[in-house]
This record gives sequence, C-alpha cells and structure tokens, in this order.
Amino acid sequence: MQERSLDRGLRKTVDWRLIVVYLALILFGWMNIYAAVQSGEPSSIFDLGCNSGKQALWIAGALVLAALLLFVINPYFWDSISNSAYLVVLALLVLLVLVIFMSNNVKGSHSWFELGPVKFQPAELSKITTSLVLASVMSRPGFKMSNWKHFLLAALIVLIPMLVIVAESETGSALVYAGFIFVLYREGLSGWLLALFGMAVLLFVLTIKTHWWVSLIVIAVVSLLYFIHFLRRTSSLRLRRRVVRNGLAAAVASVALVFAADVIFHRVLKDYQRERIEVVLGMKEDLKGVGYNVHQSLIAIGSGGMFGKGYLKGTQTTFGFVPEQSTDFIFCTVGEEWGFVGTLGVIVLYGLLIFWIVRDAEKARNAFARIYGYCIASCLFMHLFINIGMTLGLMPVIGIPLPFFSYGGSSLWAFTAMLFIFIALDRQEKKYF
Amino acid sequence: MDNGMENNNRSTKLLIGLAVIILVLVGRLFYVQIINESYKTDADNNSMAREMIYPPRGVIYDRNGKLLVGNKICYEILVTPKEVREFDTLALAEALDTTADFVRERMEYYHTYRSKIGWQTLTFLKMVPSETYLRFAEEQFLFPGFKGQVRSLREYPFNAGGNLLGYISEVSPEYLVDHPDYKAGDYYGRTGLEAAREADLRGSKGWHIYQRDSRGRQKNSYHDGDYDVEAVPGKDITTTIDAYLQQYGQQLMKGKKGSVVAIEPSTGEILAMVSSPGIDVDVLADFGRHYGTLSKDKNKPLYNRAVSASYPPGSVFKLVNGLIGLEDGVLEPWMQYPCYNGYVYTSSGRKLGCHTHRSPLNLEDAVMMSCNGYFCYVFKSILENPAYHSTEEAYVHWREMVMSFGFGRKLGSDFPSELSGNIPSADFYNRYYRKGHWRFPTIVSLSIGQGEILTTPLQIANLAAIMANRGYYYIPHVVKASEGVEIDPVYYQKQYTLVDTLQFPKVVKGMWKAVNALGEGGTANVAYVPGLDICGKTGTAQNPHGKDNSVFICFAPVDNPRIAVAAYIENAGFGASWACPIASLLVEKYLRGEISEGRRDMERRVMTTRLIH
Repeated sequence: MQERSLDRGLRKTVDWRLIVVYLALILFGWMNIYAAVQSGEPSSIFDLGCNSGKQALWIAGALVLAALLLFVINPYFWDSISNSAYLVVLALLVLLVLVIFMSNNVKGSHSWFELGPVKFQPAELSKITTSLVLASVMSRPGFKMSNWKHFLLAALIVLIPMLVIVAESETGSALVYAGFIFVLYREGLSGWLLALFGMAVLLFVLTIKTHWWVSLIVIAVVSLLYFIHFLRRTSSLRLRRRVVRNGLAAAVASVALVFAADVIFHRVLKDYQRERIEVVLGMKEDLKGVGYNVHQSLIAIGSGGMFGKGYLKGTQTTFGFVPEQSTDFIFCTVGEEWGFVGTLGVIVLYGLLIFWIVRDAEKARNAFARIYGYCIASCLFMHLFINIGMTLGLMPVIGIPLPFFSYGGSSLWAFTAMLFIFIALDRQEKKYF
Repeated sequence: MDNGMENNNRSTKLLIGLAVIILVLVGRLFYVQIINESYKTDADNNSMAREMIYPPRGVIYDRNGKLLVGNKICYEILVTPKEVREFDTLALAEALDTTADFVRERMEYYHTYRSKIGWQTLTFLKMVPSETYLRFAEEQFLFPGFKGQVRSLREYPFNAGGNLLGYISEVSPEYLVDHPDYKAGDYYGRTGLEAAREADLRGSKGWHIYQRDSRGRQKNSYHDGDYDVEAVPGKDITTTIDAYLQQYGQQLMKGKKGSVVAIEPSTGEILAMVSSPGIDVDVLADFGRHYGTLSKDKNKPLYNRAVSASYPPGSVFKLVNGLIGLEDGVLEPWMQYPCYNGYVYTSSGRKLGCHTHRSPLNLEDAVMMSCNGYFCYVFKSILENPAYHSTEEAYVHWREMVMSFGFGRKLGSDFPSELSGNIPSADFYNRYYRKGHWRFPTIVSLSIGQGEILTTPLQIANLAAIMANRGYYYIPHVVKASEGVEIDPVYYQKQYTLVDTLQFPKVVKGMWKAVNALGEGGTANVAYVPGLDICGKTGTAQNPHGKDNSVFICFAPVDNPRIAVAAYIENAGFGASWACPIASLLVEKYLRGEISEGRRDMERRVMTTRLIH
C-alpha cells in the first residue's frame, strides 16, 4: 500500500513535452515525405507503392515500439543487461563485421543488412547499444573521468564501433560518434581536451584549405599566447612546470596532426569524400558534380522565402532534382514548401527536445539515467547539425538521416527506441522519488 | 557539492554551445531564405523551368558495319496543368491525332488531383510521330501549358535478329525500386542485346534550366547555362552477327521450331543465332501492342531457344564420347565393334537399337554412319576402365571431361538468360538408383546423347567450333569490341578441353566422310557441296512430345574452318531430313555467297515447308 501511494500516475511521471515534440516531428516528417514523392502520377499518402505509405507502416511500428518501451519493459532492464554488456557489444560488432562482407552495395557503402524485404542498418542499432554500455560503465560507483584507465575504457567503448563503421565506409554515421565527447565532458573530461578537440578540427580544415605552414604559424602564435597568459599568472614552480609540460604536449600533438591531416586527406579519405569536403570548404566550384546536390538543395530551400510555397506546391523538390529527396535531403522540402517559418519551427522543435532531455537528465538522481540522457541528446544534436548543415552547405554531403523526420524504418525505430528508453528511465525517476 | 556546482556549470556550457549552433543554423537559414536573392526566383517563385534532355540510345551495327538497330525521333507531349488556360479541346485533339474524349478525360483527371500535381509537368501523350508533332507545333501557341519533348524510339532498317536484339520498354514501378538511377518515363533494354548492353547503350540524361517571366513564358537560360547538364549519348554497339546470314537463317527456319547457331571458330564470334518461331523486327518497333498476343502464343516466339532451351543432343554427342575414349586409352581408331541392328546391354536381352548397316565398323566409319552399337561399346569401356575402382569413379571422371566441352554449365556468353543444360552428377544417380546400384547398362543411353543429358543449341554449336578448332574454343559471344566499348578479355582466351588436341583429327575424319564419302552409307550426304569440304555429324534425338528432333552440327572448310554451325529442329525427324539441309545451306551461303544450282531445289523445299501448325 505504501508503495502504491508513492507510485505516481502517468500524467505526472511521463515527460509529455518530449512525447508531444516527438509526435510533431514524425507527423510533420511524414507529411513532407509525401510531398517529396517524385512520381508524376499523384497517389494517396497511404499508397504502399510510395515512400509515404511505407513510412506510415514504419510509424505505426514505431508507436508500438514506443508503448512497449514505456509501459512494458522496465528501463533498468537495459542497465542490468548492459552490465553483461561486453557480450552485447561483441555480438553487435560481429554483426557489423558480418555486414561488411555479406550485404550488397548500397551507394558505395556496405552497411545495409538485408533479411528478405527488410533492410536495416546495424549502425543505427549500435548507437543505442553504445549509449547503454557507456552509461552503464560510467555510472558504476568509483568511475572517475580523471583516472586515465577509466577514461581509456570510456573512449574505447565509443571508438571501437566508430572504427568498425568507418571500415564499412559509412563515414557519416561514424562522425555522429564524435558527439559522445560531450557526454565525456559532462562527466568530467577536462575542458582543455574538448578545446583541443575543437582546435584539432580547425587545424585539419586550415591545413587542407591553405597550407601546412599556415597551420604551423597558427600553432606557434596560439602556443605563445598560452604560455604568456599562464606563465604570467602563476608563480608556483610546480604549476609553471605543469603549464609548460601540457602546453608543449599540445603543441607537439598539433604539429603531428597538421602533418597527419595531409596524409589523411590525400591517402585515407576516398575520392568522393575528399571532393565533398573540398566543395564545402569552397576549394572547388563543382556545380555539376558533388556541388550540384548542395546547390540544388540551397535553391530549393532559398526559393521557399519567408512563408514557403505552400504544402505540396514545391517545384524544386517534386521533380527529383534534389537528390535523396525523402531521406537525407528531406529538410529541402520543408524549406521550399514551408519557408523560413517552417524551417525555424523544425529547428526549434529539435532544440527544445534536446534542451528538455538535458534538463531531465540533469535532474535525474540515477547516474545511469543521466549519462544515457546525455548520450541521446548528443546523438540527436550531431544528426541535427550534420544533416541540416549539409542541406545548407555548411557541412560536407554526408548521408545521415534527420531523426524522426527522414524516410526509413531502421532510423525511425532506432531513434524511437533511444528516446523512449530515456523517457521510461525518466519516468522511473519520478515514480519512486 | 563543489563537484555538483562544477557539473551544473558544465551542463550550462553545453547548453550554451547548443544554443550557439542552433543560432548558426537559423542564421544561415535566414540568410538563404530571406536575405540572399540569388536563390530566389521571382515574385511567384515559379520562374525556373527545367527541360529534360534525353540522350539518343546507342545504335547497334552488325559485324560489317550494317545498321541493325537505329533511332527514330518521336515526341512526347508534356503538360503543366497549372499553366493551362482555356483552349479548344477539339482543336488540340485534332492537332495531336487523338480524340476529344481523351483530352477531356485527361483534363478532368488533372483537375481532380490539382493540389497534388501542383506545378509539376506531366506526360500528356506518348510516342507522337514527327509529322503529327510538327502539325501540333504550328498551333502550339493556342495551347499554353502544352509542349513537346524529343524522345527517340527504336527503328530497325533490316529484318534480322529479332529475338537476339531484344526490345526496350518503359521502366515499370517494380524496376524502379531496384534501380534508383532510373526515373519514371525512362526506357530500358528488357531482353536480348538491349538488356545485355544496357549500360553502354543507355547514355545519360541532361537538362536545361530556363527562367520564366511572370506570364510563364520561357525567357533565357538560368545563370547562362552554368547549371545545365549535357546529355551524353549512349555508346554504339557492334555485334558479331552477320546481318545477311542472320536473315538467311531466319528465312530457312521459317515454319520450323528450333534454332540455328553459327560461330566463327577462330574467334568464338556468333555469326548468326536464330530462334524460331521468333519475332520480326517490325514487332520490336511497336512491342507494347504485340506483347499480349505474343506472350499467349503456344509456340512461344518470345523465347530464345538458342540459349534458353535445353534438349538431349542425340548422336552428335557420340563425338564427345569417342574423344574421351581415345583420350582415356580405351579406344583406338582401328578398333572394330560389331553391330547387328543394335546393342544388347542386359542379360535378359534388352537392346538399344540401331539402323541397318554393314558390320563391324572402325571409329571413322562408326562416326560416318552414326552407329549406336559402336558407341555403346565405347561408353562401356570408359565406365569399366580398370584404371578406376568403380563405375561411379569412372563416371565422375567422364563427367569432368564432358563439362570441359562446355556442357552442363553456362558457357559464360555475353548473352542474357543462358541456360546451363544438364550433365547429371554421380550423386543424382546415387539418389535415383542407390549408391553402387547403377552401372553401365543402367545409363547406357548416355552413350548416344540420350537420357538425362540436356544441352542448349549454343552448346552444341560450340561443340562444332571445338571440332573445327581440333580441341579448343573461344567462349561464344555476340558483342565485338569497338571504339569505347570493351569486351571481357576472357573472350580472347582459348579454352582447351581435357582431351588432347592430337585426338581430334581421328574423329574429324569420320565427320568429313559422313558428308563427303558419297555412296558409303554416310548419314550426312545431303550436306555435300562440291569443293566446300564440310565436316558434319547428324543426330536424331528422341522427343517425348511427338516426332524426334532433327540435329546437325558441321563446320567448313575442313582446314582453317571459317564457320561452325549447329541446327536443332524440334519434331522434324531424322537429322538428315531438316537440320542437315538447313545448316549446310547456311554454310554454303556464308562461304560462297550464293547457293549452287544443284541445291536450289532443296533450298526452296526448306524455305516453303511448314513443320509447325
């Protein structure tokens, strides 16, 4: 009896804001998938012959999945299985590796796994398992980010699936894993490392865009400023020594990176990846090849203006001039038909979703729930930034979906599972405390 | 507690980061959608019009540069319903050579779905001939919203190779699912060469982008055509087919069911490949209309028998058994075997029959007269060869030798829907008769190419080429390398059989006698043409559905052969009665250019007789 009185009802325990935003995104996404159908002959939104019809089925499935995760499965189940997590990871890695050899080639990447008519991307699943395992390991009592062994463990949990996915030539999906650094930062990773990480990205861009010696000059100047700034502030010999040691290590690492960048760019990256990066950095004006897609995407979005052309009235997006219309470039349809008002609305929805997840995570007393919350917030953020950045020409053309929005079952289900595991965890928090 | 503060601080920093990135995205959107005018079109946002440019499909030439498949221009009438103003339905129907009802029906349809169609341009009418289009173009200004678009259709200037060339059709929704690089309205090769060489023939589409003024009239190129994409025409294909020979083969095969395949032995190039009954090229040109009747025809004219039908080879297979016997050392050319109307293979006296001829015979004469008894002895010695421990072991070895001739597997030609035929595996007999319970008498019919053996006409034509080359072949193929079109280097490689090339002349002698030794009982005297030195082997294969199949393979001349032919005619009786005349006429035509005086009657008889009803 005592228990029951503490067990508060659905209305108070479930964060309905998240669910409302989730529903808004999938429904609006579905409408836009219908608008993006390219066939000349009109058909119903439920027509199973086109993407919107199939998406209706995926959505129905996603809702069932959401209900299961929310009401049937105790979310701490995930924590407990994650404790025997090495098995889970191993199994998934095997799956990923299998995929490299087994599946047929979809657009130059090997990451689709086919079971009869159903295709799914294990990489999508791996985002969930990585989040669960990371949350489970990092929430163990005694885990400290400052302990280098612990840090290494956390880093490996993220890096291993990332490398496997790179091996599958799904560089885009791998990039999403970089977002886990925000989780590590929240849990105590030195802010300097985060800054260094950002610096590394900048140096990479600078090196390939200009010349290695420009990067070296930048490194020299930054190092100099760093030394002047800190050495003047501290007088303790011990601290000074540390400042010099860290500064030198960072400088040496940066120089190494500058030279590595050259090799990575010209040797490791494939031709099409290099081209995409070159186009974004404006090094190559390529209106007919890679740049064509981005240009078409910009025309579609730009032509929407303030209020858009109206639902189903787009001209650029309905003709198939924008590639991957209902999947990776779905945001173009929003831009063209709904205008700035529509795009702003979508971005605000995502912003709120991520913001509320982070706030709920911060309130959680259970470390597992908190860390897992940050994991999914990071994943959502990376997808949002990379996908919309790509359609706006801010990021290279990397084929990753817009969460909840893009056409495709495996991505929709994976993100639904991710989100609802968190909502369920959050519900448990509110239920018993 | 300090830690808690610190963490809260970090959370705030991350959220600030999120806000910054979101501001960057929103800022960029504001710039692209509101500030920057270069992405704008004009006031009503419809000033960009794209016009698809379809590339001409590659054409197909025969081996001597004669055009087999060309292109003719036709038009598609496109309509952008939003731009349509009031017009005279009847006038449009007249201009386009269609009915007013059709026009009305289409317009009603567009009206019903107007919100879904939006500013899209749809196809109003397909395959409008040039003359009609020109009439329409004169009055086009009366019908705003309608315009023409050039498409190319196939044209066949010479009636040869219907089944071989294949046809093209518009992509189906199912096809689009598996081929994302195609769009609705595109054409693709469905069968034959069109399908096999789709990637070369197709080319790639381009488009022009125009700007329109506020009244929807096309103005000038958008950005001076910087964003235009040129269409790339498809590559032209040269086939190995000789157009005249192909046409002649089709004439000979008219009214018969079966196929004739001719190969140039020194290259493996297919000179002619006839499947009968087949389709004429004028059917190909308007395939959509004929498809219904053709697909229901009980004689299956759409089916390319040369590669997709498999039959027992009959006596032509004796050549293979003879060669294997020689190679295994269980047969010598001088060996004689008796045959009195057949071969008794069980103690109870079951007999595999043979026709009446003198006895005993040596190898050469057995080939010449196609003696069944002789080759039963040969096959028996192969299977009971003391070098092997069991019949099964000997059989496995025999099968391996047979498959080296290209039987029982796909030859790997560049032609679609090639069948592999069947040389039964030892496992098959183990399952069927139980392991250890089958021996030579059980499978005696394999001696003479009957029983479970199945081969395609292409495979037996390849056997003719192997005999012509005395022991090797090039994989038969129908596409020649030409400028910009490469063929797999494997087609340039000699494929040796497992039988030593020294064994072949011993059998070829018999093939020469079968045709040229007049009055000695040879089975193929009908094929004799003075001076041509044709070598051949007849076959009569049992057909469970009626009369026997008539088979003949041959090559000529005996030294440095230039052509190898296989003819396989269903339900036509003895090899000598139909297959032999047809194949030899084809050889004569190819080598001499015309049929000699004495054989004109035969030619007439072949061309005018109908064997199918």
